[in-house]
Amino acid sequence: MIRDITVGQYYRTESFVHRLDPRVKLLGTFLYIISLFVFSSVPGFIVSGALLVVTIWASKVPLKFILRGLKPILLLLSVTVLFNLFLIKGEPVVQFWRFTITREGIQSAVFLVIRIVMLIVGSSMMTFTTTPNQLTDGIESLLKPFRIVKLPAHEIAMMMSIALRFIPILLEETDKIMKAQSARGADFESGNIFHRAKGMLPILVPLFVAAFRRANDLAMAMEARCYRGGEGRTRMKPLKYQTQDAAAFGVLTLYVAVHITCKVLW
Amino acid sequence: MGMIEVKNIIFEYIRRDEEGNVESINRAVDDISLDVQAGEFIAVLGHNGSGKSTFAKHLNSILVPTEGSVWVDGMDTSAERNVWDIRQSAGMVFQNPDNQIIGTVVEEDVGFGPENIGIPTDEIWNRVADSLKAVGMYSFRKMSPNKLSGGQKQRVAIAGIVAMRPKCIILDEPTAMLDPQGRQEVLKTLHALNKMEHVTIVLITHYMEEVIGADKVFVMDAGKIRMQGTPREIFSDVEQMKSLRLDVPAASLLAYELRKAGLRLPNGILTREELVEALCQLY
Repeated sequence: MIRDITVGQYYRTESFVHRLDPRVKLLGTFLYIISLFVFSSVPGFIVSGALLVVTIWASKVPLKFILRGLKPILLLLSVTVLFNLFLIKGEPVVQFWRFTITREGIQSAVFLVIRIVMLIVGSSMMTFTTTPNQLTDGIESLLKPFRIVKLPAHEIAMMMSIALRFIPILLEETDKIMKAQSARGADFESGNIFHRAKGMLPILVPLFVAAFRRANDLAMAMEARCYRGGEGRTRMKPLKYQTQDAAAFGVLTLYVAVHITCKVLW
Repeated sequence: MGMIEVKNIIFEYIRRDEEGNVESINRAVDDISLDVQAGEFIAVLGHNGSGKSTFAKHLNSILVPTEGSVWVDGMDTSAERNVWDIRQSAGMVFQNPDNQIIGTVVEEDVGFGPENIGIPTDEIWNRVADSLKAVGMYSFRKMSPNKLSGGQKQRVAIAGIVAMRPKCIILDEPTAMLDPQGRQEVLKTLHALNKMEHVTIVLITHYMEEVIGADKVFVMDAGKIRMQGTPREIFSDVEQMKSLRLDVPAASLLAYELRKAGLRLPNGILTREELVEALCQLY
């Protein structure tokens, strides 16, 4: 189950998109998501779809890998489709028993599916092509201007990268605790959902205690290595814009321009 | 002038109840004095609860003594303004390798310390390469620390300290969570650093095998230093070691028992080879 989730994973390969500066990719994704909602019409979707196809082609991430990421949201998709189909009032198309499917309902359902799929695929394109470290560096750099309003940009980025580092360790720990509790007769498999949720408690408590202990150790180790916040720190891998980033910015500008022209013409 | 000078330090853990009244006082370090010269390899030996970890934390200003003073490289650890300079000249490696690695890639973790002390980017890369080579982990530099063995992780942690170019490295039971092979790796690395780079090493441990190669050993019990001297001097006093619930090398123990049984063996036998040699001398 956990293996199936490809959203948020990194796909290791060499490509134009992989080499882009994380800030460009973050801004691009942000722009793309906004455009999906602002320009939600047939021509709008064609333009957004075109950008997505170009990005996927340029990123060399296999289509199969991308589509696998959609599997977990299949349920969510079908529920929204059903709600839209049956609950939106308008000109009836099909009628049976108590249900009516309307023209407006079909249209809204199709639009929604397109929008959600493009949203998920678009944002996972960013995580497929950006390592977690680049991502946090990019976020830190983009949030820097907000320091004027006392937003702790460096601290947020540091927390994110530490969280990423500890995910596999905590997963391993959870596994260990589960085995230890099962060995002493705990049952995590049977019973209804409430019963099972209650069964998670003996896992969560030791997990939290262990996590706090780790946090304490880590804080001490960081202090011992002279960590004292973002002030006066230098970077081992500083972010620098390259020529390819200018090209990507060009593509993004073109993208927005085409969108606006389409909107005006139609 | 010594690298580390510890003068009559006392450290107390004070437990208070909800009103802030003192409930109990636990004296973890009780009147310890010692000197460490630059370039020495020092070992502090003691069993659990002997106060050795608490003592170690005084050496880079994580804890400051309740009484007495600690001087590291001529700086007083209890003065606030010295804290970061002290931590730069006396690096510390902890017990659990997982809980002290910050980076998600080996080289980034090693670069963390130099980044903190404001080293320019090019110089960071040089230092990272040098220190990873010094601990023999250079070929792993692009890997995730999660994929390494315990001994390898601990060597990365040591490289992370070495990259800050400290004069002295303090290791608080660095091998306690490792398998025998990992312990060997770490110990070999420490001796190499001491010989090649002339880094002063203070090794805190409860494994008697690990102190054999040290220049000087301090044995701690109940917050006090009970014995001090070269490993040879320490291990020849088998009775005292036993009374402190500490092991001695098998060869030393056998030599001690044989001597008690009437054989005229010399004092201070450490290794099997020495024992064989001494026994051959008798007949």
